[in-house]
Amino acid sequence: MLAIFFYIFATISVLSALSVVLFRNPVYSALGLVTTFFAIAAQYILLNAQFVAAVQVMVYAGAIMVLFLFVIMLLNLNVNNEPSRPALLQGISVATSGGMLFLVLLAAARSAGSLSPARAADNSIGLIQTLGQTLFNQYLMPFEVSSLLFLSAMVGAVMLGKKEYK
Amino acid sequence: MSILFYLAYKLVLVLVIFAITLGVAAYSTLAERKFAGFFQDRLGPDRAGPYGILQPLADGVKFFFKEDFTPANADKTLFVMGPALAMLIALITSAVIPWGPSLEIAGYQLPFQVTDLNIGVLYISGAVSIGVYGIMVGGWASNNKFALLGAIRASSQMISYEIAMGIALIAIVLLAGSLSLHDIVAQQSGLNWNIWKQPLGFIIFITCAFAECNRTPFDLPECEQELVGGYHTEYSSMKLGLFLFSEYVNMFVSSALMSALYFGGYNFPGLDYSTMAPNVAALVGFGVFFAKILFFIFFFMWIRWTIPRFRYDQLMHLGWSILMPLAILNMLLTALGVLYLGK
Repeated sequence: MLAIFFYIFATISVLSALSVVLFRNPVYSALGLVTTFFAIAAQYILLNAQFVAAVQVMVYAGAIMVLFLFVIMLLNLNVNNEPSRPALLQGISVATSGGMLFLVLLAAARSAGSLSPARAADNSIGLIQTLGQTLFNQYLMPFEVSSLLFLSAMVGAVMLGKKEYK
Repeated sequence: MSILFYLAYKLVLVLVIFAITLGVAAYSTLAERKFAGFFQDRLGPDRAGPYGILQPLADGVKFFFKEDFTPANADKTLFVMGPALAMLIALITSAVIPWGPSLEIAGYQLPFQVTDLNIGVLYISGAVSIGVYGIMVGGWASNNKFALLGAIRASSQMISYEIAMGIALIAIVLLAGSLSLHDIVAQQSGLNWNIWKQPLGFIIFITCAFAECNRTPFDLPECEQELVGGYHTEYSSMKLGLFLFSEYVNMFVSSALMSALYFGGYNFPGLDYSTMAPNVAALVGFGVFFAKILFFIFFFMWIRWTIPRFRYDQLMHLGWSILMPLAILNMLLTALGVLYLGK
């Protein structure tokens, strides 16, 4: 049962991830990426990590990709006004990304003997109670430091967005 | 409990809630026009059936028989996807709402809720945050500058008000100590409603709900003086119908959320569900909850015909410089209260 769902969502995520690269229209690519995020969120739910799934949908699909779409729509990017890139540059980017993909595949093939859905040793590990206990006891300091980092990033963004001071 | 019985029960529950949601949304369109008539000292629709009660049916038939027009340079796929997405996302939120105390069928205790997620509140914020896609995709695919402007207004408005709404929800979670909507409602038995502890939070939440539903006074995405029709300018026939209809579904679902989160859900002072027969309790509870929902739907309409539209900069100012700091203050005060005074 779990395995069937795993393969369904895995297929969706791979296909939609491919569509991000293969579509010529950036709006379609962005929507493909949104679909990928949803499929990955579904995988988190299969792993009983509901909190991570909800945050994945809220942060990536609900906030970041909306801003991406925003910029794409406002700039009116499409096939017609896509700048032509020199062949050398295209070759370099194809080689780099292909090489990276190969590296990831190699690493995955080395460690994974058989492809089977991951099973959490402890079923409650992804539950929000467990996560909260761990974050606020064991990892309190890193958690607070990273939230300060976010705060400073927000302040910085507000400062940059403000009109010039006189 | 056999798996088949369980599946059948869930399926029936989903269908019933789907039908109720659509039915209420359909009759909200009539109620809105009747109330508009009342507020403006006229009759409102009264031709189709006695007191116009067949009007939603007539509107539906009209929508289906109108010409379904797609602009020549529109993006065909996304043009169709826009209204479908808007409707889909509007409908999925109702899955976590507890409609009443548990039912008892064939000796089994069955919750009157499609699913009691232990991250219910997060599920709601998630559904709210992806609510912009339908409007955005539809507005962009129309290939019309007014539609695009409307879509951009709608999405920036929804992103801005989502933040204050989320922070107001955190205060509720702090009080309840749980993210499950079932627990949050069950804790508000009798008159122990969250509104007494969270008056500021409720005002923030309801303001944000108005903005999220694109309802007056925040209906700038479809501001007809400036944008023709806003994001649905190019839409016709049932596609337009779906966009307009999803607004009413959103209104129904946010009314249900407000009743469940702040006004005790199916709880009412003097009603003790544990002493009643389970199925009677479920029906009475559902009736109480429904009455609260209908009141909030009326409230949405009341505001619409009373308060004029904001200007766009006022809207942004209200969202970022007033509601968000107030929501953070409310959250801090609630946290302090929970810490030092207990719940």
